[in-house]
Amino acid sequence: MIVEIGHYALALALGVSVIQAVVPFWGVFRQDRTLASVGSSAALVSFALVALSFAALVTSYVRSDFSVGNVVANSHSAQPLIYKFTSVWGNHEGSMLLWVLILTLFGALVALSRRSLPPRLRAGTLAVQGLVAVAFLAFTLLTSNPFQRLAPVPAEGQDLNPILQDLGLAIHPPLLYIGYVGFSITYAFAVAALIDGRIDAMWARAVRPWTLLAWTFLTLGIAMGSYWAYYELGWGGWWFWDPVENASFMPWLAGTALIHSTVVMEKRDALKVWTILLAILTFSLSLLGTFIVRSGVLTSVHSFATDPARGLFILLILIFFVGGSLALFAWRAPLLRQGGLFAPVSRESALVVNNVFLATACATVFVGTLYPLLLEMLTGDKISVGAPFYNATFVPVMVPLLLLLPIGQSLAWKRGDLLGAAQRNAVAFGLAVLAALALLFFTRGGPVLAPLGVGLGVFLVLGAGFDLAERIVTRASGWQAMLSRARGLPRSAWGTALAHAGIGLSIIGIAAQAWSTEAITVLKPGERLTSGRYTIVLEGMSPRTGPNFRAEVARFQLFAGDRELTPVEASKRVYTARAMPTTEAGIRTDGLSQAYVSLGEAQDGVVAVRLYDKPLILLIWIGSLVMALGGGLSLTDRRFRLAAPKRAAPAGAVQPAE
Amino acid sequence: MTIAQPTRPLPAKRRFTRKQRRLTLIAAAGAVLFVAAGLVLFAMRDTIVFFYGPTEIAEKGVLPGTRMRLGGLVETGSVQRGAGQRISFSVTDGKTSIKVGYDGLLPDLFREGQGVVTEGVFEGAGRFKADSVLAKHDETYMPREVADALKKQGHWQAGSSGSPAAAPAKP
Repeated sequence: MIVEIGHYALALALGVSVIQAVVPFWGVFRQDRTLASVGSSAALVSFALVALSFAALVTSYVRSDFSVGNVVANSHSAQPLIYKFTSVWGNHEGSMLLWVLILTLFGALVALSRRSLPPRLRAGTLAVQGLVAVAFLAFTLLTSNPFQRLAPVPAEGQDLNPILQDLGLAIHPPLLYIGYVGFSITYAFAVAALIDGRIDAMWARAVRPWTLLAWTFLTLGIAMGSYWAYYELGWGGWWFWDPVENASFMPWLAGTALIHSTVVMEKRDALKVWTILLAILTFSLSLLGTFIVRSGVLTSVHSFATDPARGLFILLILIFFVGGSLALFAWRAPLLRQGGLFAPVSRESALVVNNVFLATACATVFVGTLYPLLLEMLTGDKISVGAPFYNATFVPVMVPLLLLLPIGQSLAWKRGDLLGAAQRNAVAFGLAVLAALALLFFTRGGPVLAPLGVGLGVFLVLGAGFDLAERIVTRASGWQAMLSRARGLPRSAWGTALAHAGIGLSIIGIAAQAWSTEAITVLKPGERLTSGRYTIVLEGMSPRTGPNFRAEVARFQLFAGDRELTPVEASKRVYTARAMPTTEAGIRTDGLSQAYVSLGEAQDGVVAVRLYDKPLILLIWIGSLVMALGGGLSLTDRRFRLAAPKRAAPAGAVQPAE
Repeated sequence: MTIAQPTRPLPAKRRFTRKQRRLTLIAAAGAVLFVAAGLVLFAMRDTIVFFYGPTEIAEKGVLPGTRMRLGGLVETGSVQRGAGQRISFSVTDGKTSIKVGYDGLLPDLFREGQGVVTEGVFEGAGRFKADSVLAKHDETYMPREVADALKKQGHWQAGSSGSPAAAPAKP
């Protein structure tokens, strides 16, 4: 019964979404306020229905209702409760339902937001969002129905892919989807503005919190996915330039550009047409990602069961939304009022430079991801594009951008002073160069580029810190004055500084991986293996039984030089339902570094062991967290707070520079 | 900026500047894109790895020393272990087989008779030195390239492809 309710609610949500997509447009066309405001109610109802449907699927999973095909294929009665729960989105059908849930959630949030949106814009945005929901609800119902019943009910389920039986699955997809799908709102805003033919700073201010929200979650989602792959797959890497990783990275790059261009639009009423295009492209890249992941056209870690019908359906959705919005753009954009001019040396110009580089970087990833597909279609040759390609293309585009970042950040709006900005960053730059030189000296004979990378990271962190300090610390004023200045700084200024420092931290972590070391050997109990700063001694192997797996656990003593650290355990598991082996790496955190132990085959009392020394690797993810924190902090800025009371600014009050 | 600067009267050449500034912007953006395109084309020549099945190596005349990916089935009974982590096995598409040498940990789902993708250097004379063996993440999954290579040689049974997929198991 619950299953049927879930299915029915989903079908009903499709109907309501059709109303949401059509009626507001009709209302705007007829100048009828009541009709135009139907979108809000429809968005709320649609979300409630999808939430009900999702709850029904969750219930079937938690109860291990094996009359549902989807539950049988991806769950097992012996699974711990948490994995029964997360199995819901550990498969194609269930994750589509999560996708749609988040899509309608964003629609409902727009409907609820008290911000004073122009009614036409709100109606248009909700209608476009409704249209996206129609497409994906139809896709889910027609090709990926998670509520399909099975005729003879099997006694036991086939279990979830063991690799997915991990807390990472609980966190990574929801975060990532909130990011991915969140960009649908900026897309909807852009298309609505194009239809309306009006766009101004008000539009930018309305869109910015949504962009920030989506970007923040996408940052967290990507970082979480990277850490999960790092500890779960036992290969010791954290990024593989896999097509599916790129599929989430491209919207991130475009979204990062979008965040910056909306600032220009909000402050200076410029870059309008470009911002609209960027908003469309960002969500288009999200859709492309969905297509790549779910159609199976590219071989990847993440591919779900491939079904040509699904691939074709998503391709049609992709063509409709990308093609439709770009056609609309080509038709309407020339009609938009031109934005203001700005001086070549100014904050706004620096942000344009940011956009040029980010868009180019995104294009290199795009080419690397899709070129193999194109080549195979044209010539039948199969190729793989991996890290060497991106190191030769993406990295050289990003480095100048990051070098310019602290300078751009300290330029003033309207008319900047390049020399002054350079001077303000001279100390940070000098210290960064010193750090790089010192590292080069102490690691003579090692990698040469890594110290420079660390230097770049240090420059970004110091640049962000000094920029903040500059605004807080003034000569001839006490600490109280500074404190009040610090408090007076807008949250978005803190957010900017944190996000930029976060990139710096991540870059230090990434660069430091050039010093990571790896050793492989076979060990008997009592034997030792050294890699970099770490040494392990195999104490012994012992069997262990989990709820739905058997494991062979190897226990190691761990030493960093002479210092003994907490022992570390690595294991091989065999999940009984699928008879599938997995490797559980043993990871010991030592400051910001990690010792990483992974097992190979065990036979005759010896076991193959791989030990990595991963210096400063945690900085990669800590940096991402700091970036996301920056995004979150900006989001709480007074300007964006949903339903924030407007603070009446006294006439002539000085706005702190941002 | 706490002092509002008096707006300076704009210089007379303003009409000129809009166009000029736009051109500068386009030129700068174009330059960045141009450089990036150059990098991409350059990287395409050097960093891209082709995928071949065992029979294709002979058909396409792959030269010894070429870096490539090799995919097919691990031939049953061909796995031999040497000292330390050294291992050798044959990759076959049913018609031709290539002997692969590898030094490192094998992925969890490496089995005789199952699909495999390896990356490394073709040494000529039917020998291949792998530096990575890509794992599958699911029992029933067959890497698409492998499936295609097998289909070409007529050794493909439908129904053996499935869900989640190949993943990197770096050595």
